[in-house]
Amino acid sequence: MATHFVVEGLKATIEGKEILKGINIEIKGGEIHAIMGPNGTGKSTLASALMGHPKYEVTDGKVTLDGEDVLDMEVDERARAGLFLAMQYPSEIAGVTNSDFLRSAINARRGEGNEVSLIKFIRQMEGKMKELEMNPEFAHRYLNEGFSGGEKKRNEILQMMLLDPKIVVLDEIDSGLDIDALRIVANGVNSMRSEERGFLIITHYQRLLNYITPDYVHVMMQGRIVKSGGPELAERLERDGYDWVKEELGIVDETVGQEA
Amino acid sequence: MTTQTVLPVEPNTLQSISAGNGEPAWLTESRVGGLRLAAELELPKLEKTKLERWDLSHFGAFRSGQPARSQELPAQVASLVDLKEDSNLLVQHNSSVVYTRLSADLAAKGVIFTDLETAVREHGDLVKTYLHTAVKPEENRLTALHAALWNGGVFLYVPKNVEVEIPLQSIFLIDDPSASFAPHVLIVAESNSRVTYVDNYISGSYESKIVHNGAAEVFVKAGAKVQFATVHHLNEQTTDLIHRRAVIDNDGSIEWIVGEMNAGDSVSETLSILKGNGSLSDAKVIAVGSGSQKLNYTTKAIHFGKSSDSQMITRAVMREQATAIINGITKIEKGATKANGEQTEKVLMLSPKARGDANPILLIDEDDVTAGHAASVGQVNQEQIYYLMSRGITREQAERLIIYGFLAPVVSDIPLEQLQEQLQGLVERKLGQ
Repeated sequence: MATHFVVEGLKATIEGKEILKGINIEIKGGEIHAIMGPNGTGKSTLASALMGHPKYEVTDGKVTLDGEDVLDMEVDERARAGLFLAMQYPSEIAGVTNSDFLRSAINARRGEGNEVSLIKFIRQMEGKMKELEMNPEFAHRYLNEGFSGGEKKRNEILQMMLLDPKIVVLDEIDSGLDIDALRIVANGVNSMRSEERGFLIITHYQRLLNYITPDYVHVMMQGRIVKSGGPELAERLERDGYDWVKEELGIVDETVGQEA
Repeated sequence: MTTQTVLPVEPNTLQSISAGNGEPAWLTESRVGGLRLAAELELPKLEKTKLERWDLSHFGAFRSGQPARSQELPAQVASLVDLKEDSNLLVQHNSSVVYTRLSADLAAKGVIFTDLETAVREHGDLVKTYLHTAVKPEENRLTALHAALWNGGVFLYVPKNVEVEIPLQSIFLIDDPSASFAPHVLIVAESNSRVTYVDNYISGSYESKIVHNGAAEVFVKAGAKVQFATVHHLNEQTTDLIHRRAVIDNDGSIEWIVGEMNAGDSVSETLSILKGNGSLSDAKVIAVGSGSQKLNYTTKAIHFGKSSDSQMITRAVMREQATAIINGITKIEKGATKANGEQTEKVLMLSPKARGDANPILLIDEDDVTAGHAASVGQVNQEQIYYLMSRGITREQAERLIIYGFLAPVVSDIPLEQLQEQLQGLVERKLGQ
């Protein structure tokens, strides 16, 4: 069955404050969607709410992946169903090596009795690390501990590549990356493009989209998607900024849930 | 106001038992002296733990008569050891050592590895020189009682320049709470010798209470290197009290590896006295508490020697209603120039009812030194759990990864593979996994 991810009327609050005010988006296998928008408009909240971060409470709406109710699932069940979020700020976990973590994650996805053999795992991991131009020593370092911003982002992409998800959400994967790292990360994403996989790329710069061409571009403001279009929309935003969108829609303050 | 101390045995009785067991007069005197002191001295004063409120009345009956020896291992310990031709093993069962074995090779090199009662008879002068000089009877009621009542025990002597490659192992097994259980470990490593000693304190199952009041004394002579690894895994009926001490001469080094895996209330003190210039101490402690355990663990280093160095690291995981007081004390005396002391205590609490308290204490009387400490107490980080779960790992397994990750810096540094595996297994069991 082709991948089909549907978000309908999603509303979410943090500490009682509503941040998402009804998000609608539909992603099919093979499609790349980009969500753009200035800071503070709810983009990262959308990513966290989809993954099930405990700080965010979904108050309304529906999310399905291939017909299955995602909101009904625990965080780990969402992941095993095929949802992947590359995080903006991945946690550091001392004492757990990157390779132990990766193997646990792969085996969790594969299920009991179907664990990956150690040799096959190492071969896969080393192969993908090479593609991402990661120092092999990172396999034995503690998870994200002492990694630079760019190393953490590459490590997120490494996980994506090894876990082979159906829907990939990239939350500000381009922030803190120099141009070389950006190219490597983008190549990693492009190598994963397939008819079975959909992408949701969250960013507030267009530069990532120079490397990864989206099929659809959505602009988020005030906790809603206020404008959608094709790749040309991203180019216009890069050239002209967001003010023309605000003007067109009569928006004065594009942020949501921020203290005045 | 002090409460009347009820002694577990009358001085006259102790005297006649000791003499009846064929112990030399100096030892009988030492025991009776310890008992007298116990009547006068107070319990040790611990950080944030009031020992006066603990039930410390169940010491078991002092044994009379010679222990029975056997060449068979008690069934409970057979699984803990892998006897090979060159194995060196001592087993104490309740009040008596029942099994000892030293390889012919080590015996030929002059290594002594026997129970302390035998050593008193066969190497009296040697034992007398060291016994109770690091853990002194006059310190407090527990050390005094220990001097009066110790039994079985270990004497390990490594002559000058002898390097022992294979670890020497002791197992202390208790399964009869009516008998006193107070092994005394005495290790003397002569100049430029090297040795690794590993012991396990284990228990069978029983319904009545008992107090284990033990001591270990280690003398590290100039340039010698001693690894001392100990795992306590006693049941919840057993209150475990132990003083561990090392006295280190010039350029000597001690490495402590301590696994506190008891199910009952426990107090331990692991102290290195860095007497010599250039002496080193490295202490690694891991602890897991569960149920309603009350725990108080102290690691301590006292620096006298110039350029002496101490490292201490404690990691404790507390679950259910367990309470742990973790103390780290670095004391640098005047004159111990260029000394360095570093300590870290960390407590991870797995339940809202678990309590942990980390007390780093630096007491420094010399200016020309370096010292540092770090301490933290906290719950499992929910962001970390979320991150791991977002990769498909279950909550249970995510917690497990984080707990093992927390203990890993200590466990992965344990130089003995078998011990590392054993500790890993015990941690798993204590965590109910």
